[in-house]
Amino acid sequence: MSDINPFFIFFASIFTSNMVLANFLGMCSFIAVSREVKTSLGLGQAVTFVLTGTTIINYLIYHYILVPFRLEYLRFIVFIITIAAFVQLVEMVLERYVPTLYYSLGIFLPLITVNCAILGVSLFMVIRDYNFIQSVAFGVGSGLGWALAILAMAGIRQKLQDAPVPKGLEGPGITLIITGLMALAFIGFSGIVKIQ
Amino acid sequence: MMKLKDIKNIFSTGIFNDNPVYRQLLGICSALAVTNLMLNSLVMGLGLVFVTAFSSMTVSIIRQYIPRHIRMMVQTLIISAYVIIVDIVLKAYYPSMSEALGPYVGLIITNCIIMGRCESFAQKNSPIPSFIDGVANGLGYTFVLLSVAFFRELLGFGSLFGIPVLGDWWVRWIFMIMPPGAFFMMAILIWVTNSLSPVKEESTVTGGGR
Repeated sequence: MSDINPFFIFFASIFTSNMVLANFLGMCSFIAVSREVKTSLGLGQAVTFVLTGTTIINYLIYHYILVPFRLEYLRFIVFIITIAAFVQLVEMVLERYVPTLYYSLGIFLPLITVNCAILGVSLFMVIRDYNFIQSVAFGVGSGLGWALAILAMAGIRQKLQDAPVPKGLEGPGITLIITGLMALAFIGFSGIVKIQ
Repeated sequence: MMKLKDIKNIFSTGIFNDNPVYRQLLGICSALAVTNLMLNSLVMGLGLVFVTAFSSMTVSIIRQYIPRHIRMMVQTLIISAYVIIVDIVLKAYYPSMSEALGPYVGLIITNCIIMGRCESFAQKNSPIPSFIDGVANGLGYTFVLLSVAFFRELLGFGSLFGIPVLGDWWVRWIFMIMPPGAFFMMAILIWVTNSLSPVKEESTVTGGGR
């Protein structure tokens, strides 16, 4: 399982096993925030950044603290605390040193703590038994994949504003259908690489 | 003592009028991921009923002692503790199901339904109504999971709960088992619900996206 080339994992997590389109993770903010391209770009960047950081930290904590002490069952609590703490820390650091970036990402950072894609990537990493390099590739790739999906969705939804949508489908309904079509398109990539 | 009418009220709000998935679009992630088989959906739903009910009750019991600004953290920890119980029980007594659900058991923690109930109901009510509210919302969620899974398993495998129903002549719609099928099915069900009983206030659907 764990001898896959990290490079494959990186591409697979962007295209073939995209977090949103194949694993349904991060749907909540995907539907809520994908109304505008600009905000989607902000959230996409923030998610990629946080995913990279938390995957690395969670990998180290899991393999160097939880496993040696046989505390694997505590991983849910530990992972969620790591994510919350990391998000808080990033928020403070950005506010202090990079105020411009803080103001563009600011409102999205608290949202990320409850984004299931972040916790999901850490859990997948443990279940699939990745080594350190593979985990990093998986984290970065998943973040980019998520950002790609939300950007594409925001673009489509902006075009969709003038389209006549049936009353009951307006809002979330039509978003889900578009997501389905996108997922269908992404299945076309699935012949290239396979990681699960 | 609670009146029967109140309990009935909480149930009908949680399951029908304010159904967490159809009406408020909460907890969509896992609702889509585990619904390719009805059995998975049932186990997932029961797990969620358990976690929602007990974490609502716990939050309600200690609600006066939690400082307001760290309450989110406390709630998350309470929820995580119950999710760990579900995970351990599944691993011990039902390992095949634990494997099939994979990371989605752990992702109950980030399921917005539970946090939403803790925030909006359990913070203001006493333990027993909070517990009942948790059960009701959990059942509402289970109901959605089962209704999505019903169509996906029936069309995709020609079976229900693993028992073949449609026979050999049925051409399986593999599409329904794959991720896009989940998105389409969910959208259709939302469409049907919205058309059958229009939302009274427009803001419940468009405003509360998360």
